Amino acid sequence: MVNNNLLLPQFFAEAKSFTDGGLLAEYAWTIVVLPFIAALAITFFGKKLPYGGAEIAVGSILFIFVYSFSLLILNITKGVVNEFYVQVGSIGKLSLEFGWVVDGLSIMMYFVVGTVSLLVFIYAVEYMKGEIRYTFFFTSLTLFAGSMLVLVSSPTLLQLLIGWELVGVCSYLLIGHYWEEKENSSAAMKAFITNKVADVGLMIGIIMLALSVGTFRISEILYSATHGNENISNIALIAGVLLFIGAMGKSAQFPLHVWLPDAMAGPTPVSALMHAATMVTAGVYLLARMFPFYEGVAAPARELVLLIGVLTLFFGGCLAIVQDDLKKVLAYSTVSQLGYMVTAIGAGAYTAGLLHLWTHAFFKALLFLGAGSVIHAVHSNNMSEMGGLKDVMPKTFKTFIIGTIALAGLPPLAGFFSKDEILASLSHEGYTLYFAVAAFGAFITSFYMTRAVIKTFFGEYRGDGHPHESEQLMTIPLIALSVLAVISGWVNIPGVYTGFTSWVGTRGIPIKEYHPESFDLVAMFSGLSAGVAGIAAAYLLYMKFGNAETGDQKIKIQPVWGILENKYYLDDFYMKGIVDPIKSSIAKAVNGFNSNVIDRFINNVALLMSFFGKIVYSNLDQDGIDKVVNSVSVGTENVGGQLKLIQTGRVQQYLSLFLSGVLVVSIIFFVLY
Amino acid sequence: MDLVSLFDLLGNNLALSIVVFFPLLGALALLLVPKANEAIIKLVSLGTSVFVFLVSLVMLYLFDFSKADTFQLGGKLSWIDSINSYYETGVDGISLPLLVLSTFITMLSIIYSLEHLPEPKNPKGLFALILILETGMNGTFVALDLILFFVFFELVLLPMYFMIGIWGDNKKISVSGIKREVETRLYASIKFFIFTLFGSAFMLLGFLGLYYRGGKTFSIPELIILGSNNAFTGTFATLVFAALFLGFAVKVPMWPLHTWLPDAHTAAPTVGSVILAAILLKLGSYGFVRIAIPILPQQAKEWAPAIAILAAIGIIYGSLACLAQTDLKRLIAFSSVGHMGFVMLGIATLTPIGINAAMIGMIAHGVITGLLFFLAGSMSHTYHTREISRLGGNMKLLPKTGAILAFTAMASLGLPGLAGFWGEFMALLGAFNPLPGLDLTVFRASMVAGAVGTVLTAGYLLWMLQRVNLGEPSEEWVDKDLHDADMYELAAWIPLVIFTVIIGIFPKLIFGATNDAVVSMLQVAFGG
Repeated sequence: MVNNNLLLPQFFAEAKSFTDGGLLAEYAWTIVVLPFIAALAITFFGKKLPYGGAEIAVGSILFIFVYSFSLLILNITKGVVNEFYVQVGSIGKLSLEFGWVVDGLSIMMYFVVGTVSLLVFIYAVEYMKGEIRYTFFFTSLTLFAGSMLVLVSSPTLLQLLIGWELVGVCSYLLIGHYWEEKENSSAAMKAFITNKVADVGLMIGIIMLALSVGTFRISEILYSATHGNENISNIALIAGVLLFIGAMGKSAQFPLHVWLPDAMAGPTPVSALMHAATMVTAGVYLLARMFPFYEGVAAPARELVLLIGVLTLFFGGCLAIVQDDLKKVLAYSTVSQLGYMVTAIGAGAYTAGLLHLWTHAFFKALLFLGAGSVIHAVHSNNMSEMGGLKDVMPKTFKTFIIGTIALAGLPPLAGFFSKDEILASLSHEGYTLYFAVAAFGAFITSFYMTRAVIKTFFGEYRGDGHPHESEQLMTIPLIALSVLAVISGWVNIPGVYTGFTSWVGTRGIPIKEYHPESFDLVAMFSGLSAGVAGIAAAYLLYMKFGNAETGDQKIKIQPVWGILENKYYLDDFYMKGIVDPIKSSIAKAVNGFNSNVIDRFINNVALLMSFFGKIVYSNLDQDGIDKVVNSVSVGTENVGGQLKLIQTGRVQQYLSLFLSGVLVVSIIFFVLY
Repeated sequence: MDLVSLFDLLGNNLALSIVVFFPLLGALALLLVPKANEAIIKLVSLGTSVFVFLVSLVMLYLFDFSKADTFQLGGKLSWIDSINSYYETGVDGISLPLLVLSTFITMLSIIYSLEHLPEPKNPKGLFALILILETGMNGTFVALDLILFFVFFELVLLPMYFMIGIWGDNKKISVSGIKREVETRLYASIKFFIFTLFGSAFMLLGFLGLYYRGGKTFSIPELIILGSNNAFTGTFATLVFAALFLGFAVKVPMWPLHTWLPDAHTAAPTVGSVILAAILLKLGSYGFVRIAIPILPQQAKEWAPAIAILAAIGIIYGSLACLAQTDLKRLIAFSSVGHMGFVMLGIATLTPIGINAAMIGMIAHGVITGLLFFLAGSMSHTYHTREISRLGGNMKLLPKTGAILAFTAMASLGLPGLAGFWGEFMALLGAFNPLPGLDLTVFRASMVAGAVGTVLTAGYLLWMLQRVNLGEPSEEWVDKDLHDADMYELAAWIPLVIFTVIIGIFPKLIFGATNDAVVSMLQVAFGG
């Protein structure tokens, strides 16, 4: 049943040396299937277990972590490329296949999913203690891990689409975890629907690609795209844009980013895992997976990718500045950082985009979990009710600082290397304006993060109660992630070690991107100085000259501040301009048309016929058709016993009228022909 | 008799005839049982439907899937010699899945009804009608003679009419155009009856036309061969296709012939809605695939763009109408208009991909929407209302029902990994590249409309879930003693849930049967 791709050697003839991964690759499907079995087990037995099923969840993720780590080691040492297919049906000549890919890109994603999931799951055991629907929470979280692996392990666009929507549903379930509040279930719906809009693009894009090559297999599509298949080059631009629209939804790109900040309604571990580290990177992953297509025939579509990426990194970052809700600062920061990744791919810098995905997954998960730890302690999301926590929550504080520096892009922490690589690529490709915006984005990034740190941890405590440091189950993941936030960038130090390129680049079809072999000094200087300037500016505004009591600062320059607080009025536009008109006016008009136009017509015809029917009926032979009908009705009257209620005589009239009508029309018909 | 010869006998028309006529025998047997003896009545009905379902599974076993494009397990017996009409039957990969779906859903409906009889109870009458209905439905799927097909096709009409009329909702409603208020079930049952009769009158006319032009044969396989040899051409054929179109399109129903459906579904008792949605609607779309397209391929090609446009309108229109509904059952009813729109869009493409999509879409819609009507029926029985605005917090009040409702709504919105996805996605896939010669612009526009329809579908289903399932329950229900799903309900629902997942993960279960049949049907019809 399981097939290897027989054409594989041919595809990878041009590639560097690699292995087929042996048994480790062959059994990689276990990590995809296990979470689903675990989710079933949690559903049926979870409530009976001491930890409410969390032990099953953590256990299954531990397996995934170990497995993916082994794959990573194998990939680093030897390089792995292999893919497996299972046919689940065929229609016409089109084969419907699922399967799994084991190559650099997917292994990197397995490892990110495995690592961050493991730490977040452990954290959640403590964080969610005593919360409503504890067991179901772990079911959904485990389902998510499985769905994400379905997505990143996909060798076919079909399976990719399935994983894509499954993670969307898990996201819906988890954002709406506290569905007693309407606000939360609305946020869940918003996420789902916004993504569904984007998925229209993805679906049609997939349809176009699959039909132009006659297969859903990604490797065959890419092979055709890079080997002058005309079918595919004819549609490349449109298909490229459509796929990207799908990516814009999942990866929260402007102007479809609006669901991500609202998604913070979910419990914080969910925000860390799905809405920062893994699920939202699916769009970037898609672009990376299809990179040979975007690099070659669909290159013009990349101009759009680049533009949207730059817009997102800038506009998303600006919004982070005005938030009071700590999680929303991080959410807009995620939007902005996803913008960086998309920018990189748009500029043709494959490795840079993925490197940022990789480092960001760790330090942003760290920041979210840190925020969760704070929120857990002060019982509020609002920074105006925090402050001065550095002494009472030292572990959370120190790890949060590490995450902040990593995000701000200061060496030698992870964010420095990935952001620098993106800036260097933009500069090298000659996108001067975009380079300037991206560098300025670095200023914004460190500004809003420093602001958040000051408002949360410095000054006086402004909330109620006595916050204290979180339990070990929560701080250990923080420490583990902060280690990763420090070291994860060292896999790609220009001029020293650039192994990451080959980690994620084993896909066979060679990628001809620019990859800096040494530091680009201009880019590095711009990025660094922007980062430092951002920290300094925020320090001066909020620490030095800030209002110690509110932790606030009067930089609310109108109308800029108002526009930012209203999120560029995008939400208003979507709700008042699109959703409300459809929901109220258009839907009601359609329904009204149904009952007042179509049905009124039908009813009037019926009345008219009933009138004629009476005339016909009184003249028709009572022993004819009617007798049959009556005898049937009488027979059923005995069965039903209640027939009198509906015995109005009308049906018989209609029936006789219709049958005589049919007779007349048939006669006319056969006379004519 | 040893097992081998028993299977031989079953394979030779016997199994098929049991599946068709055993329900009728069961219904007759019911008539002999005194009304008061409910236990026997239930036993006979359950026994009949389970037996028929098992025999249909035996048919699956006997069916040679490697020859899914040929008619099997049937036969040809003389019937009405004077008009050259035969008792000609058989199943192929197209009809077999639908036949099994029909016996499956009927069995589940009877299991459900054992403990959940709608007012005014009377199990004898209700079960007898369900079984007669089953004969009609199963017969339609196996008939290979136009007259036989017509008889079975019409046979379903009366039981459903009485089911709605007697066990239906007796609330008074006002309808546009009629001054006095009418009883819901009265209005709905008559409307259902008249609409369908209207369509079938034309259908019969079409059949007669084929009979006279085709050298006086009603045999579908013979007519298909004639059709592929261009025996039916010109205005005559166009008109015949139009007549068949009316007959089938009313049943599907296609926009704008759909307005009987929301009323019938809303008024019908739970099992009535389930069978109506799960099976009866498929008689129409099946008619297109079995009769209209293969016999009149060139006319199908002429009409295909129009069908695609109507299907696309149906998708958008149905979804928009759903957004405006305040009644839970009516919302689900309108959702059928949208979902059957995808089925018809697939059929209109006249490609293997599109028609396979339609086939799996029919099965998926049967399972999923059938389940939705079960749930809506049970909930309206528990809450004594179907008003969405009065419901809310269902997850808290009826956790089992709520969880299955959430699952089914997800399946209904075409979630990948569940059954509904394939019909929807593959229909769009088919519409991108319709049969060569068809207008690409029309089909691609329809595809985009269909894709937009998936967004609207997600919208109304999630909104429904938010209003019905989520939130805190309103004061009204807090101290009420509400019963969550019992054993009978779960016995009817869980198999549907499992089936939805299995088809979602492994669509080969359906495509494995339909693909060869569809490909060969299209090959005969359009060559190539």
